[in-house]
Order: sequence, then C-alpha cells, then structure tokens
Amino acid sequence: MSQVELRHITKHFPTVTALRDVSFSIHHGEFFVLLGPTGAGKTTTLRIIAGLEQQDEGSVLLDGEPIDSRTPAERDVAFVFQQYSLYPTMTVYDNLAFPLRSPLRNMPKPQIKSRVEDTAEKLRITHLLKRKTAQLSGGEMQRVAIGRAIVREPRLFLMDEPLSNLDAKLRETLRVELKHLQKTQGSTTLFVTHDQIEALTMADRIAVLIEGEAIQQGTPDDIYDRPATTFVAQMVGTPRINLVSAGLHNGTVAIEGSGLSLPAPRLNLSESFLLGIRPEDIRPDPKGRFTGKVILTEPLGVETILHLRSGELTLLSLVPGMASQRVGDEVRFDIVQEKLHYFGPDKKRITAEGN
Amino acid sequence: MATIELNKIEKKFGEFHAVKPLDLTVRDGEFVVLLGPSGCGKTTTLRMISGLEAVTSGRILLNGKDVTWKHPSERDMAFVFQFYALYTHLSVWQNIAFPLQAQGEKREVIDRRVSEVVEILRIGHLLRARPGKLSGGDQQRVALARALVRRPAAFLMDEPLGALDAELRETMRAEIKNLHIAQHATTVYVTHDQIEAVAMGDRIVVMSKAEVQQVGTPVEVYYDPANLFVARFIGSPGMNLLDGRLTEDQVHLLGKNRYAVPAAWKRSLPEALGGRDEVVLGFRPEAARMDPGGALAGEVFATDMHGGYSLLHVNVGENEIVHIRSDRQTSYPIGTPVRFDIDAEMVRFFNPQTEAAVSREVAR
Repeated sequence: MSQVELRHITKHFPTVTALRDVSFSIHHGEFFVLLGPTGAGKTTTLRIIAGLEQQDEGSVLLDGEPIDSRTPAERDVAFVFQQYSLYPTMTVYDNLAFPLRSPLRNMPKPQIKSRVEDTAEKLRITHLLKRKTAQLSGGEMQRVAIGRAIVREPRLFLMDEPLSNLDAKLRETLRVELKHLQKTQGSTTLFVTHDQIEALTMADRIAVLIEGEAIQQGTPDDIYDRPATTFVAQMVGTPRINLVSAGLHNGTVAIEGSGLSLPAPRLNLSESFLLGIRPEDIRPDPKGRFTGKVILTEPLGVETILHLRSGELTLLSLVPGMASQRVGDEVRFDIVQEKLHYFGPDKKRITAEGN
Repeated sequence: MATIELNKIEKKFGEFHAVKPLDLTVRDGEFVVLLGPSGCGKTTTLRMISGLEAVTSGRILLNGKDVTWKHPSERDMAFVFQFYALYTHLSVWQNIAFPLQAQGEKREVIDRRVSEVVEILRIGHLLRARPGKLSGGDQQRVALARALVRRPAAFLMDEPLGALDAELRETMRAEIKNLHIAQHATTVYVTHDQIEAVAMGDRIVVMSKAEVQQVGTPVEVYYDPANLFVARFIGSPGMNLLDGRLTEDQVHLLGKNRYAVPAAWKRSLPEALGGRDEVVLGFRPEAARMDPGGALAGEVFATDMHGGYSLLHVNVGENEIVHIRSDRQTSYPIGTPVRFDIDAEMVRFFNPQTEAAVSREVAR
C-alpha cells in the first residue's frame, strides 16, 4: 500500500485552474519530487496534502484512508519552507524542542532532550544548540528548519523548495546530506522544486507538473532517458537537449537544415517529426559519419560544450575534459543512434507499438 | 580597440577595504571575467574601471592614457547591468538609438547603426515594442544592442545574466560569447557563477575578500588552482580537499587511509611544506576511479544521477565526504564499502598554513 495517494485532484482559483485531475502515489520511505516551472501548481499540491487548502474535486489518502475532512494538525505532516520560519530569539535547542513541547504531546523532558540531541547529531548542528537562530548562516538555519521537522517524527515530510535560497555550493552540500538523511531514516518525503538538477539527483521518483497537469511520472532515469514530451526533454539535462525538425526520406531520417541523415528506427514515424539528441550523444570522432564546424566552445572544467554548425543547424555536443577543439575547426562527429528521442507533431514521445 | 591597465587600484569605504591594491592588464580584444562570491570586490572593481566609483588610490589606463579621473562618459566604455536599465516609455528602437541621439549623430548614421546591431542580436521584430512587454532575455538583448551601437572601446558587464532563469542563461551565455567572437571587443565581465566564468572567459580573475586569488585561463584555474579558495570555488562540486600529515612518502589521511606521494612530488613536497607535516591532498571528482584494489577506502554516503553521469559521495572517515564522478551504470547502496584510486597526474597538494598550492613546476 502506498503511503500517500492523490486521486484526481482538481483545484480552481477564481481566475485560473491550478490543478487538473492530478493523480500520483508515494510509497513508504520514498523520496518523491514534484518538478515543474513557476506557476505549475506544485505548492498548491503540497498545501492540499497538508490541509492548508481544500481541493474542488478528488481525494487525498494517507495509508489508504481519505483525510480530506481532517485538519492540518490531524494529518501529522511536517512542512519545510523555502523561508526558514524559525523563532529568531530562541536558541537552536528551543526551536527544535518547540514542536515536542506542545501540550497535546505531553512529552516528558528527558525524552524531548534525547530527541533534540539525536536530531542535532543527524544534521551536524550539535555545536549550535545554544546559539540563537538569528546568529546562524543561511545553511545552518535551513538545517535547523529541517531538524524541527524531523524531530516530530511525522508520517510525511513536505518540502517546498527548501534549498533555493542558498548559494550554489551550499545547495550542493545540503542536497547530498538531505538525501543521505532521508535514505537512512526511511522517511517518506514529498519535495517540490523547479530545479531539474535537484529533482534528478535526489528523487526516487519524479512527477513532472506543467500548467496544473502531471505530464510524466517515473524514476530520474525514466524522465531523462525517456521524456514523455518535448517540454520534459528540454526541462531536464544541461546543456539542453538538441531538438531538431526531421523527416523521413527514402527510408532514412533526414534532419532539416543540414545534410545529416540517419538510419530510420523501427518506429511508426509520420512524415515530419522532432528529433531529440542529448549533447553527450553527439561525439566528436575522427571516423564519424558527419562533419560540422566548431563555432563556439564553452569549457566548463570537467567537460566542454562544443557548438557545431552543420548547414543551417547548430548542435551542442558535450565532451569530457577541456576539449582540444578550437573555434573554426572542422570536426567529424557521430550520433549515438540508440539514444535518439522521437516526438510527433503533437510534441509527444513516439514509442514502439506495444510500449 | 582597447587595452585596459589597472595599476594598484584600491577602494576603501571609510575603514572598510572593498578592494585591496589590484594590478591587471586586459589585452585588446580579450574577454576577462571577474569572478567571486558576493562582497568580494568584483563589482566595485568594475565600477572603478567605468568611473562610476572613484579609486581611493592607483591608476587606470585606457590605451596607455590615464583615465583615472575622467568622467564615465569620457572613458568610451559601455556598461551593461544585471537590471537592464531600459527606458520603459520608449520603444526598443528609441532605446537603442538613444546613445547616438545624445551624441548628436545624423539620422542616416543612427538608422544604419541601429539596423546593424539589431541584425546582430536578431531583435528586428521587436523594434516597435516597449521594453516592459519583452521577456527578460529580449530585454537583455536590447540592453546589449544599446551598448553595442555606441561602438565603445570596451564593454563592462555586471552580472548581465543574473536575473534570467537557468535555461535562458545558458542560451544568452552562448550569445554573448558569439557576439564577442564576432566583434572582438575588449570586455570585462563580472559574475559570481563559476560555470559562466570558465565557459566565457579568455582569462578569469578569481577574487575573494577584496583580493585577487588567481588570474588565469579556464584551464589554469580549473586544473591548477593557486590556493584552497580557488580549488573549492571552481567546479561543481569543487575539488576534493583532504587534510593529511606527511610522513616519509605517505600522506596519512583520516581513518586508516594512506596515500603514497607520486614520484614527481617526492622531493618538492616536504620543502614546500616548510618543515611542517600538515598537508592538503586535492583532486577533482573526475580524477578518482572506483577500483576494488584502490589505495583509498570509504563507504558510500549517497549517490545521485545528474543526467549524463552520476556522482558518488564517499565518506572517507569522520563524515569527510569525497565526491567521485562515475558513469550511470553502477549503483551503490548507502553504506557499501568501496575503494578508489586517484589519477596521479591529477593530484594536487596545498600547504594548509598558507593555503597556497604546491607548485607543479617545483615538482618537475
């Protein structure tokens, strides 16, 4: 049985439909990411699960039971926000202890102490327990905010872009720590982000939400390797996927605006369609079938982006290390045939029949 | 055409040292990036070059002429800001034509030059629109066109992509670089984004705490960072840096890990450490390879997928996490004991007292 289930959730606001028939389930111990651009309905989804917002249609189930009529407090979910919302005049210890001191819990002091200390240990903030939260750095504050959610041992964590206010280096560190913590705790987590790297790196499964609709659900591998639409294909992966118009001519796939042609796949392709090629699948190779001119190089350190001009077309190629190619060089390259993505005129992925 | 020389330029705001004396020569046609975290002094440096900020001491030369005390408008440099600073009540055409009109250029000249830059930036279809109606990317293209139309000796850009979303940043990054390749105008570009810096810069000036940490090509700052700050700051994730102690030819790391000093370093390393035994071992995530017979051991802390590759995060003792780049094929559960090796060519050493890198030149 899945722990959280959304069934056909629809939510209208006066001027806009925020969610349209959204369904997904989150399994026990799963790290589930809701990925989508601003305004996709991600935060509204979280608020409906937490009970802060009421849906117009559909139902939310926790451990198989509908919870639609329960108050937020009765749902036993913990929320972590982008803004830390800590009590600035209290110490870190008191911030962590706060949810446990609620009269409803009636928790004995020694138990509170051991829970707070355990949590601080896990988040590596033991040395900060006596400090006031106003004196902490952004990364430390977010650790405390996560700690305050964990200490309650709720049934479900809801996290709304908790890393997006932090600088790039800190985000990298906390991403890894949060994932480690979630996996070792086995806590069920629903994490909302617009950042595709956060989604790919942290999720067990991802649901892609666009304009209130769940377009695709799957593991990071599914989303990256088999994107359901051109939008999803372009949303995940940096640099962005090459998306080019192509057509079938005499049994080969001809890419428009270039002389490039490839063997046709065993797919039911219409006369014209879109071809997606990930930059790492365009590989410079002295024996490659194709040629292009290097018009720009972007060395990123660990790898280099080459902009290759072929006819009217510019393709991005991602190569390991600091590439030796220079602007103006003519290079031969090859395309990894098995990794191509085909999309129909409706922008949806074309798959082999029966798939 | 411009060469910009900065001779010990310095900025103090009262007691606060915003930029410590800084020397730099930007060569004609060069794209130089000032890179650093917020508050490092990079924007103040750019504003001193432009004349928007007066230097506390030092000299600024443009093509050999002292412009230190010249008004910004007399320096022949165009400034592009993060926020586009367009006139919202004027059309795109009027915005671009504005600097030429202000100079009192003839109508034919204005028409011709505006058409040229509009073509270069592919914004011909937007000329009648008001800037407020445009996307962030198009607004920045208009701002670039307005800078370009003046044909200044140099361009100064202050985080011009900072307000754009990630996708657009990627596109505009390539567009600005293409523009630079086509125009070959001397450019000083400020950013806090290390990816932008290495992707765009001919040379990069890495700054921290009001001081230059390193000036170098992308290859130099990436492979041979001058100190611990640069090693951490460049790369995502940055260089792995492990504290150790040198005894004989071994670096003793946390836990039971020992790393044998590569032959090339054996003589130079003890000298560079000045008789002390503390040392920092550095290597990039792609320099490590999983290998059951590898010299270093740890256990898997987390793994994650980044699209084309995976990162393996390995706890090598006391929660010291090492990042290793690997292919996507293999997955390791958390807690799995693993061994790995480091490519000896890619190993770097740092002196923790001075934070400086031990020179590879010495090593050879």
